[in-house]
Amino acid sequence: MNSQTAKAFGVLAEFPTPADLMHAAEKVRDAGYTRWDVYTPFPVHGMDHAMGLKNSKVGWFAFLGGLTGYTTGMLMIWYMNAWDYPIVVGGKPMFSPFSAFPPSYELTILFGAFGALGGMLILNRLPRWHHPLLKHRRFIEQGASHDKFFLVIEASDPKYDEAEVRVLLAGLGGRNIEVVEE
Amino acid sequence: MAEGVISMTPPPVPRELERPPLVLRQRSLGWISDHIAGIAEGKAPLWWWCAFVPSFLMFLLLIAMLAYQISTGVGVWGNHHPTMWGWDIINFVWWIGIGHAGTLISAILFLLRQRWRTAVNRAAEAMTIFAVMCAGIYPAVHVGRVWFDWYLFPIPNSNGIWPQFRSPLMWDVFAVSTYFTVSVLFWYMGLIPDLAVMRDRAKTRLRQIVYGLLALGWTGGNRQWTNYEKAYLILAGLSTPLVLSVHSIVSLDFAVSQLPGWHTTIFPPYFVAGAIFSGFGMVLTLLVPLRKLCHLEDIITMRHIDVMCKVTLATGSIVGYAYAMEFFIAWYSGSPYERFAFLNRALGPYWWGYWLMLICNVAVPQLFWFRSVRQNLWLVFVISILVNVGMWFERFVIIVISLHREFLPANWGYYMPTWVDVATFLGTFGLFFTMFLLFMRFLPMIAISEVKGVTPQADPHHPLGGAKPKGGGHG
Repeated sequence: MNSQTAKAFGVLAEFPTPADLMHAAEKVRDAGYTRWDVYTPFPVHGMDHAMGLKNSKVGWFAFLGGLTGYTTGMLMIWYMNAWDYPIVVGGKPMFSPFSAFPPSYELTILFGAFGALGGMLILNRLPRWHHPLLKHRRFIEQGASHDKFFLVIEASDPKYDEAEVRVLLAGLGGRNIEVVEE
Repeated sequence: MAEGVISMTPPPVPRELERPPLVLRQRSLGWISDHIAGIAEGKAPLWWWCAFVPSFLMFLLLIAMLAYQISTGVGVWGNHHPTMWGWDIINFVWWIGIGHAGTLISAILFLLRQRWRTAVNRAAEAMTIFAVMCAGIYPAVHVGRVWFDWYLFPIPNSNGIWPQFRSPLMWDVFAVSTYFTVSVLFWYMGLIPDLAVMRDRAKTRLRQIVYGLLALGWTGGNRQWTNYEKAYLILAGLSTPLVLSVHSIVSLDFAVSQLPGWHTTIFPPYFVAGAIFSGFGMVLTLLVPLRKLCHLEDIITMRHIDVMCKVTLATGSIVGYAYAMEFFIAWYSGSPYERFAFLNRALGPYWWGYWLMLICNVAVPQLFWFRSVRQNLWLVFVISILVNVGMWFERFVIIVISLHREFLPANWGYYMPTWVDVATFLGTFGLFFTMFLLFMRFLPMIAISEVKGVTPQADPHHPLGGAKPKGGGHG
């Protein structure tokens, strides 16, 4: 029994509709599980609340990226045109925050965009080359990316007990309940 | 009991507010995957080859023309004193402008919660990227000695001199390169869940590996979706000021100069409106035939065509207003040079260019006021092409007509393009269509997960999404 649970990634259950999945998620959340997820072909609205997820932290990455971009732009232009090699052009000031603004603004957006994408990848632990679910036939063939709705409670959850989880998911209307190997 | 009954039936929508569904015939989620991914799977249809071969030949023409003009010098173009900016800059602005509709659809319409955008955003974003690629060629070659293009980047040259950031041309470098990079990032991020669809459907080992690598191990878990959706929202929020700034900065290349016809404050908003106008023209030019050829009538519905025609009409009218306002300001300024510049547009040697622009950009799109025109795909297709003809002539009017009459009559001239100008422009079409056709052969040309998300069966509060009458009346 022990050797089997050590090799298991978690218990997979299929739900027929997004609404059923969401109700199941609410119940799994209330049951106190922490390492579990639902898998859907599209983001289901209201699921974050149903799962008890907090607001995503991607915004901080984008904010820091944008701040870095703006600072980089302003400092770079001041350094190049006013400090390192000043040249008078058309009687304009060597550095002005107004003429330096457009490139700095673009760099704010550029670095902010890298922050948003990079933050999303970091928080999602992507890219990854291997995932137990992506080897599971039922999950990938006409599965979570096609039109199926899954709920997985992972074996690493402190409350995980295969028999209990099976009973819980069956009681919530889950179908085709099975263990996914690591 | 009675209260429960009332809350479970939503109040009926008045007939005039009812909207046709975004995906017709209640297509299932699986059908959406199969149908859209199917375009990028299997053997290429005959029509695809019929489009690809000429496009690729035109692309080869571009390579040949670039090799010729780089090895000979830009003297092979029609540019000469006083018209030192010719077809190269016209085409640069034209292609950049076309890109703007893609970002408008993907970013601004996302923030405005226009759910119909999901059917067209992927193809429009791809169009943006390829249009900016075409645009980028022109300034890079226009500098004359392309091996010095690195002077544009913030690198000191051999004398230790840095680029000069008080010039809008430097701003433009940053605007256009940021625009291209952020468009690619946004497009790629939108593609990740769909690349996972392609990976899961892949039949051959090669496709599994390539799509698998590109999908980055996406599983579609809600813990991923929540970060993904936040990042998507932020990218949309960043792309919105970006798209408005890019063509504003392009317009500053002109407006910051002292030339009558260029030195106007209306340029930034006028350029942005024109860019979106021409971009929607190109989106319609591409999607009206494609929805037929790829049998996408249930996803890109007549409602989608209808709203895009309306956006074209609105932006075309803004452009028409800007033309009128330019003339008013030229008269109101009291500057004889300004007045001459504008009278010369309408009545000078290039009068035909000006009137062609007015007819294509201001008069023709007004037909979109009529529902029967918006529902007639042939008319929509023809008008969408005329819009881009008109927008090309707008840039011709602004650049060539303003330049060919200098302050001193001794410096007047008449600009004509050479065959190299024409062939290079044709070649950029080759690049554009080659890239677009390859894109639709290898990547899902419609955002699969997003289209699924706007169907009623995806909504957990809709009966088709499994909502029980008991808990489904609200939210």
